[in-house]
Amino acid sequence: MKDAFGAPQSLLVLGGTSAIGLATARRLIARRTRTVWLAGRPSPALESAAAELRELGAYVRTVAFDALDSESHETALGKIFTEGDIDMVLLAFGILGDQGRDEEEPLSAVRVAQTNYTGAVSAGLVCAGALQAQGHGSLVVLSSVAGERARRANFIYGSSKAGLDAFAQGLGDALHGTGVHVMVVRPGFVRSKMTAGMPEAPLATTPDAVAEAIVTGLRRHSETVWVPGALRVVMSALRHVPRPLFRRLPV
Amino acid sequence: MSVDTVSLTGWGRTAPTTALRFRPRTYEEAAVAVRGCGPRGSIARGLGRAYGDAAQNAGGSVLDMTALNRIRTIDAATGLVVCDAGVSLHRLMEVLLPLGWFVPVTPGTRYVTVGGAIGADIHGRNHHISGSFSRHVQDMELLTADGGIRTVRPGTALFDATAGGMGLTGVILSATLRFQPVATSLMSVTTERAVDLDDLMARLTASDHRYHYSAAWIDLLARGRATGRSVLTRGEHAPLHVLPARARRTPLAFRPGQLPVAPALVPHGLLGRTSVALFNELWYRRAPTYRIGELQKLSTFFHPLDGVPHWNRVYGRRGFVPYQFVVGFGQEEALRRIVRRISRRRCPSFLAVLKRFGNGDPGWLSFPMPGWTLALDLPATLPDLARFLDELDEEVATAGGRVYLAKDSRLRPETLAAMYPRLPEFRALRAELDPDGAFRSDLSRRLGL
Ligand SMILES: Cc1cc2nc3c(=O)[nH]c(=O)nc-3n(C[C@H](O)[C@H](O)[C@H](O)COP(=O)(O)OP(=O)(O)OC[C@H]3O[C@@H](n4cnc5c(N)ncnc54)[C@H](O)[C@@H]3O)c2cc1C
Ligand SMILES: NC(=O)c1ccc[n+]([C@@H]2O[C@H](COP(=O)([O-])OP(=O)(O)OC[C@H]3O[C@@H](n4cnc5c(N)ncnc54)[C@H](OP(=O)(O)O)[C@@H]3O)[C@@H](O)[C@H]2O)c1
Repeated sequence: MKDAFGAPQSLLVLGGTSAIGLATARRLIARRTRTVWLAGRPSPALESAAAELRELGAYVRTVAFDALDSESHETALGKIFTEGDIDMVLLAFGILGDQGRDEEEPLSAVRVAQTNYTGAVSAGLVCAGALQAQGHGSLVVLSSVAGERARRANFIYGSSKAGLDAFAQGLGDALHGTGVHVMVVRPGFVRSKMTAGMPEAPLATTPDAVAEAIVTGLRRHSETVWVPGALRVVMSALRHVPRPLFRRLPV
Repeated sequence: MSVDTVSLTGWGRTAPTTALRFRPRTYEEAAVAVRGCGPRGSIARGLGRAYGDAAQNAGGSVLDMTALNRIRTIDAATGLVVCDAGVSLHRLMEVLLPLGWFVPVTPGTRYVTVGGAIGADIHGRNHHISGSFSRHVQDMELLTADGGIRTVRPGTALFDATAGGMGLTGVILSATLRFQPVATSLMSVTTERAVDLDDLMARLTASDHRYHYSAAWIDLLARGRATGRSVLTRGEHAPLHVLPARARRTPLAFRPGQLPVAPALVPHGLLGRTSVALFNELWYRRAPTYRIGELQKLSTFFHPLDGVPHWNRVYGRRGFVPYQFVVGFGQEEALRRIVRRISRRRCPSFLAVLKRFGNGDPGWLSFPMPGWTLALDLPATLPDLARFLDELDEEVATAGGRVYLAKDSRLRPETLAAMYPRLPEFRALRAELDPDGAFRSDLSRRLGL
């Protein structure tokens, strides 16, 4: 169960090797979390992530999960919930793709869309149903500022996040009053393996800072969290920049 | 029996969860609800005055007991009262005070049910004399996991597990209570100021036994030499002869007043440090240095907050976190350390309450034990409050003390086990009596009770 400060005792990370997901898990273990499920594509990286969290004193299990295989989500994720309550689900999987190549190869663009959007829709709905049945819990969805307004430089990724973001907001409204809380997190540029080697954007942040913002958002029962917080203002301004000008902005 | 799906919290308004709420009007309906509960079990709920998650059950059933509210028999000669568990102490006062009988123990609000009073084994300002609520329970009817109803008497394991057992042994349907005789409905109150914590403890130790009721309001924002400055109020039920002539004509009238409801939306920051400090300062200065024999209404003396319905809203949307602990006699140093830590941290806490407990009662998870108890409320939004309270838990546990479950919403399961040494017996009894977990609550899941 979550305590009065929204700190969960059990956590399920979808995308078990995600830098942001693991930073969040570490922080939550320091609070109240004792059980962690890492769901992801089986790999040595997934196992070593689990081992690292065990070192911190948590009881950790890994489970095979592929965002692209929507058919399997019901069974794979459903099984986790039969073993005990999950107080918080962190939807942390996602791929950035390669905008240049994705524009050339529609199938690789579809892969971005299917991972970030379709995969999240099916996994999100399965988890939301299970949380609703247990009458409590938080579903925390890692969206992105890239979804707030699609940019020329990464509109394939951006559009998938825009879809995810809209989906998660709607889901939050649908679940209002059911005891289940949906929180949409919109980080800016986060230094992680996803962005390794890319030029840093302004207001760049770290997985740890995102994790901290998530913990605070849980305590406050927030519906939307921007990381860093200043992005809320920046993005609401950018949203209203006229198209011809926006096209030429170096963002 | 009405059934609906609701989102519930305790009085502190944190951690809402959703459950199916049943409102039984008869014992049979209550038994039907318990027998029919699904794998997530059921829990009884009274008036929801426990601050944390004790009377909620995510995804399961919650039995709202407030429709089971009949007072069944009153023996006006002996003060023995048989009533349903959903009756409130307010109602019992309304009915019994005119007959010259008063509830044996009352908490800081009248709006608790008899079931909740036994479930949390509540204490009042007379704990040093009268012990906790369960000491005045002659017997009770308990609906257990098998759907049967048992009569439970003091001196049995089931009684000791149920008194303070937070509803986890079953649903209390009714109880026989022993009331105390009173001659009037007024209190004769002695007020005095204590300049600091040591002065306060000395005064309480020296003369508590002379008063039936005793508690001190302590200013936790005062620092330095004034750390722990407080106002003691102690009193007795006023005897008839001290009443003014007019009041003597209706000595037992029960007339609690009510103020306007607290607003639903309170601007954030109203409870800032400065405004709370100012309030505490004014209140300390206003108190007389020493005054005896002041006549007060029962409600003024025992339940000042009940005058403002929904006062918990003043803490705003995010609610608040209460903290109440006890440390035994001989652990005064731990108490001093904790009070110093709280005041050094400048937590905006309204008047906190310090009281000297007397002997404990046998309930396995019953809170009171001989020693010092301090209760305070803190806004849930204070930065880093979670960690600060964890540190206080450590101090309390190291000193052999404990935290009150009716006010908890954040304890760690390990710390709880250290504080309540009889928890293993409680768990064993539950495992035997309720192997499938027909009774569960958010509290029991969070703490592994
Ligand atoms: C302003 C205020 C002041 C307070 N002051 C004090 C104080 O001075 N001393 C003190 O001890 N407490 C105090 N409390 C706490 C309060 O007395 C307890 O939490 C009490 O249990 C509340 O009773 P309730 O009927 O509201 O029960 P709820 O809050 O609804 O439930 C509390 C617990 O009792 C169980 N329960 C309720 N009914 C039944 C039943 N029929 N059968 C089995 N279990 C049942 C529930 O499952 C739950 O675990 C105070 C609370 C408030 C809001
Ligand atoms: N980094 C940023 O700048 C940034 C900014 C805003 C939002 N975000 C979002 O935040 C989330 C986490 O990002 P991060 O920085 O932690 O990235 P990361 O370290 O690269 O993690 C991404 C995770 O997604 C998993 N994943 C990818 N495809 C998958 C699939 N088909 N099935 C299952 N899992 C799959 C990866 O697992 P494998 O180990 O199996 O590859 C990895 O665990 C992502 O949704 C991302 O879009 C990131």
